[in-house]
Amino acid sequence: MDFWQLAISGLANGSVYGLIALGFVLIYKATEAVNFAQGDFMMMGAFITIWLTNEQYLGFSFWLAIPLAILIMALLGYLLDVVVIRRMFGQPQIAVIILTIALGFIIRFAAGAIWSHEPQLLETPFAGREVHFGGLVLGFEEVAVIIVTLLLTMFLFLFFKKAKLGKAMQAASQNQLAAYYVGIPVKRIQSLVWALGGSVAAVAGILFASKGAVDPSTGLLGIKAFAAAVIGGFGSLPGALIGGLIIGLIEPFAAYGLPAGYSQVAPYALMLLVLIFRPAGLFSQMHKKKV
Amino acid sequence: MSLLSLENVTLSFGGLIAVNNVSFHVGEGEVFSLVGPNGAGKSTVFNLISRFYDPQKGNIKVNGESILRLRPDQVPSLGIARTFQNIELFEQSTVLQNLLIGRQRHRKSNLLSEMFFAPSVREEERRHRHVVEEVIDFLELQAYRDKYIAGLPYGIRKVVELARALATEPKLLLLDEPASGLSLEETNDMIYWIEDIKKQMNITVLMVEHDMNLVASVSDRVLALADGKELAIGTPQEVQSHPDVIKAYLGTGGEINV
Amino acid sequence: MRFVFKRSYDDDIKLFKHRPQAFYYLALLILMLALPLLLDDFFLGEVTYVLIFAIAGMGLMLLTGHTGQVSLGHAAFLALGAYLNAIMLSKGIPFVITLPLAGILTGIIGMIIALPVLRLHGIYLAIATLAISVLADDIIVMAEPFTGGVTGLVAPPIDIFGLDIDRYGTPILFYFLVLFVTLFVLMIYRNIMRSPLGRAFVAMRDSEISAQALGVNITKTKATAFAISCAITGLAGALLGHFAGAFNNETFNIVLSIQLLLMIVIGGLGSIHGAFFGAMVVGFLPQFIAITRDFATDNFGFNSLSMPGIETGVFALILVLFILFEPMGIYGRWVKIRTYFELFPFYRKNMFKRQKSYLKTERMK
Repeated sequence: MDFWQLAISGLANGSVYGLIALGFVLIYKATEAVNFAQGDFMMMGAFITIWLTNEQYLGFSFWLAIPLAILIMALLGYLLDVVVIRRMFGQPQIAVIILTIALGFIIRFAAGAIWSHEPQLLETPFAGREVHFGGLVLGFEEVAVIIVTLLLTMFLFLFFKKAKLGKAMQAASQNQLAAYYVGIPVKRIQSLVWALGGSVAAVAGILFASKGAVDPSTGLLGIKAFAAAVIGGFGSLPGALIGGLIIGLIEPFAAYGLPAGYSQVAPYALMLLVLIFRPAGLFSQMHKKKV
Repeated sequence: MSLLSLENVTLSFGGLIAVNNVSFHVGEGEVFSLVGPNGAGKSTVFNLISRFYDPQKGNIKVNGESILRLRPDQVPSLGIARTFQNIELFEQSTVLQNLLIGRQRHRKSNLLSEMFFAPSVREEERRHRHVVEEVIDFLELQAYRDKYIAGLPYGIRKVVELARALATEPKLLLLDEPASGLSLEETNDMIYWIEDIKKQMNITVLMVEHDMNLVASVSDRVLALADGKELAIGTPQEVQSHPDVIKAYLGTGGEINV
Repeated sequence: MRFVFKRSYDDDIKLFKHRPQAFYYLALLILMLALPLLLDDFFLGEVTYVLIFAIAGMGLMLLTGHTGQVSLGHAAFLALGAYLNAIMLSKGIPFVITLPLAGILTGIIGMIIALPVLRLHGIYLAIATLAISVLADDIIVMAEPFTGGVTGLVAPPIDIFGLDIDRYGTPILFYFLVLFVTLFVLMIYRNIMRSPLGRAFVAMRDSEISAQALGVNITKTKATAFAISCAITGLAGALLGHFAGAFNNETFNIVLSIQLLLMIVIGGLGSIHGAFFGAMVVGFLPQFIAITRDFATDNFGFNSLSMPGIETGVFALILVLFILFEPMGIYGRWVKIRTYFELFPFYRKNMFKRQKSYLKTERMK
């Protein structure tokens, strides 16, 4: 069952892209800013977990390290907004894009300086374990990645749809001034969104590092996640996940069926096609400015 | 023949009908005003004429020819210029540069001649500048010529936007709430200017405005809209005293005091 | 404070606002011409490098700074220029033809690539151009018969009417070649910006809707901006190919794309000066870090400044500080300082205060 093995590993990779894409969409939905450093956030989350749990560093228990890493990343996200992003309030979108790109560079440099540029693997309690499903033999990590991602997306989707805080976040994005007038603490809400973005990045990082080595330039994976977010439509949470899964699936099959090199091109080519023919993405809509 | 005519134009956004089967004609040399409560579809009519929206039904004609096949940037070449309700000036440019962009529809130079700034380009620039200077004189903007928009007070910006529209040398001028946010004196200036635009420059004006004083002083004819539908058309006095108009503004059974 | 009395419309059309200004730039030009007498080959090479980046910076500035279209993919067009030039040279076509042709072809190809993505706004355009940069890297590898794949190409020697120009052999001649191209691009840039087309660019940047209502054909004007920008970048790419000597897909990677954008932001978006200031930072920062590192190692004995990637890290940090405290970049700071002295002692602190605009969504849902 070669096909299913490829598909599952593709889906597992796709879940990570999807989670990073989820981070973009989350922050975009709530603040209209695009965090080009989301991939680097993910890398940072992975390294923090490695630092907490691996023997060569602190050696904490895996189950303690996970919530701790998520908390640290949430705190980092929150602080980043309070110290840096908040000053950009009311500035053009492009300024925020450039700012987050620069932050990504800084995070990458910092990670390299702290944890070196050597690729490192997260030590998990279930390394090497397998899941037997029908006639298939699957890596435990791959299955775990897919399940955790699905649960997290569902949770976030419901959060924005039902929870009061989630709705306030959406309102704050649509018209900051109006939201402020009806008593929504816009600034704090935005910081919370960044914290949420940080913790989602931490989860993505943990999942990524449990099934493959991480180094400071892993953050460039964020570009692939952009493709995912665009394919899904930039404003849609489930769309981001589906976009990620599509890209995750394309890669192994393109590598299988096409000459070398084409498989790397495939995700971006698909994204450009989506941008050209359905610029709103497959699951969302875009429109003109009102005058 | 009328300069501009809308024939049974309908446009809806989703379930909301913004403009419902509206027809009117604007004759040459006229000042024609659209009035009505917020959300009546007045600005939408402007955006339809500017070709930002496509009507679902009906036709829009300029000089008897349909404009529905034109792109928005081709509309100015028919001699139509407009202002915007929320002022859409080029913030990072000076007043002079803003007005010069109004000359865009008269651009004759091509990329190659502009790259080397050929003498023909220079000659053309001087001509554009001459037209722009006349507009500056007319609207008394001399003091602000080299000032950046970003630093100008609201009232001046309104005038600059009018000036930019005039710099295109239009036949038909669309003014979207020219007096909103202006002081009493500034509004009076606006009244004189609109009268001069009509009488001296022979420009036809189509205007959306809430200030009934301004509407009544300059308009030849007024069309009242509510919920996208025509309520009444006629002279300012006729429209103001029309029972449907009074109802639309005040609900049922009120007196109108303007 | 200087008052400029204008007597004719030409006073606003000409390139220099007043006589002293023309004099300053003339003095700068003379200094640039005399530079080979003042600097040794190494530093002349550094200045050459800065000028090449300034050309590329002007290319991107025209698009991003003046037309408001973000490109995170301009390294792809640097690559295109470099490869086109090198391939044509190796076919025996003389350099005086290959260089301009490389620029023009890059412009045309760039425009064709850009046409479908031009409808996109803001982030979508940024992401699409980012993808172009990533794709360029892969395409160079895949087009091995032309590009040499990962092995890359060696830029053939330059021969202008029997004059051999080489970055190492005749650095002075190479410097003058680059200086000439810089001045040529500068002239064209300035001319465009004082023409109707340049005004249309700026208009589109500040309010697309209003530009359209005044008769600016958005698609055509954006495509033109892209074409000119790519052509200029292609010229810079061709020169960069010669400067590097040999290059492959890694030379023009995505990080370079991003660096180009960061460079013009540091320099100051929306001013041609900004392209030059930014290029200076990019060009001299590694030297500056190296000197600081040597100094730190010698005097304090620590070695922490020798980590890999420190240039990009420091560069990004400078950028963040600029965006937060001086969004108009080095040029903006320079204008403030100049105004301070011109108006002394009447300068007010909030003279250049930015107006805050509250963000309102452009989405409907």
